[in-house]
Amino acid sequence: MNRRPTLLSLFTAFASIGIMSFGGGLAAWIRREIVQRREWLDDQQFLSGYALSQLVPGATNVNLTVFIGAQLRGVPGAIAAFVGLTALPVAIVFGLGLLYLHRSGLPGGGAVGGVLAGMGAAAIGLNLGTGIRLGRLHIRRLIPFAVAAVIAVAIGVLGFPLLHVLAVMLPVSLALTWLDQRT
Amino acid sequence: MIPTLLQLALLFGGLSLLAFGGGTSVLPDMQRVTVSTYHWLTGAQFLDFFAISRAAPGPGSLIVVLIGQKAAGVVGALVAFLAMFGPSSTLLYVAALIWHHAANTAWRALLERALAPVAIGLTLASGLALIRGTEHGWAQYAVTAAATLAFAFTDLHPLALLAGGAVLMLVAGH
Repeated sequence: MNRRPTLLSLFTAFASIGIMSFGGGLAAWIRREIVQRREWLDDQQFLSGYALSQLVPGATNVNLTVFIGAQLRGVPGAIAAFVGLTALPVAIVFGLGLLYLHRSGLPGGGAVGGVLAGMGAAAIGLNLGTGIRLGRLHIRRLIPFAVAAVIAVAIGVLGFPLLHVLAVMLPVSLALTWLDQRT
Repeated sequence: MIPTLLQLALLFGGLSLLAFGGGTSVLPDMQRVTVSTYHWLTGAQFLDFFAISRAAPGPGSLIVVLIGQKAAGVVGALVAFLAMFGPSSTLLYVAALIWHHAANTAWRALLERALAPVAIGLTLASGLALIRGTEHGWAQYAVTAAATLAFAFTDLHPLALLAGGAVLMLVAGH
């Protein structure tokens, strides 16, 4: 097992992950490439890093990328992996943004509105579907269900700012989980 | 120009450190501040940007590149990108150093269990807030509901669902 890849191979590995990961599902791609194909990490290291990436704020997959890069080659490795993952997608998104902002002069510009409205409505469904999926997987008891429901309603329906809701619900969830464990 | 760049850096730098459970959790705040407070874009444009960033390769949080671009051009896109990923990546690096020593400790297990429902609640909230932030007609509600069920209970690829939504909306519009 080669445990110290070069910075260049870290960069190219994550560049290929970044470009293949259309429509989300990045974590699955990262696992396939880093654990299964290149064997830079074993499954337990990967899962530990994935848990941490979800715990620390920030985009989970970007966190996971930084974790793996740092694990293998320290700070330079983290930077190489991060730049590899994001460089091409950023260029593509920026290009799409240019097309979007100047689309009035393009042929077929009128249909873009309908296409984006449909994709946006479906993309909202992806978020809600992810929440349901994770809930079915991780929520087995009343207390975590109530915590998730209160947060979803407070921010999603009532429009409270994230900071206010987290300031209340993070300590509440910690306290309730701690009490729940002791009984 | 400079004030806008500063606003971009402060907004996304702050959200970077609040994004518990992933980039989607800060979408409601991002929408509220960029649309209602700073007026960099309309609610409909926000949803368009969200759709583009979900359909493009790479992390979904790249919506910040589009918002930065709309607000302040290339430099704005770059500032938004670095502000969104810099603080959280730095925090993750520091946390990883502690993380390895905390394996099998009680507080690490407690943290993992307590944060899971918070992350799930934030994910659901992002979907609900996006519906609220745009004019959702009956056709959009139908597409959102269908995509929600399909993604929650089948293994259909996200891109297939995005394409399906686009087709349904074009058909409904004509």
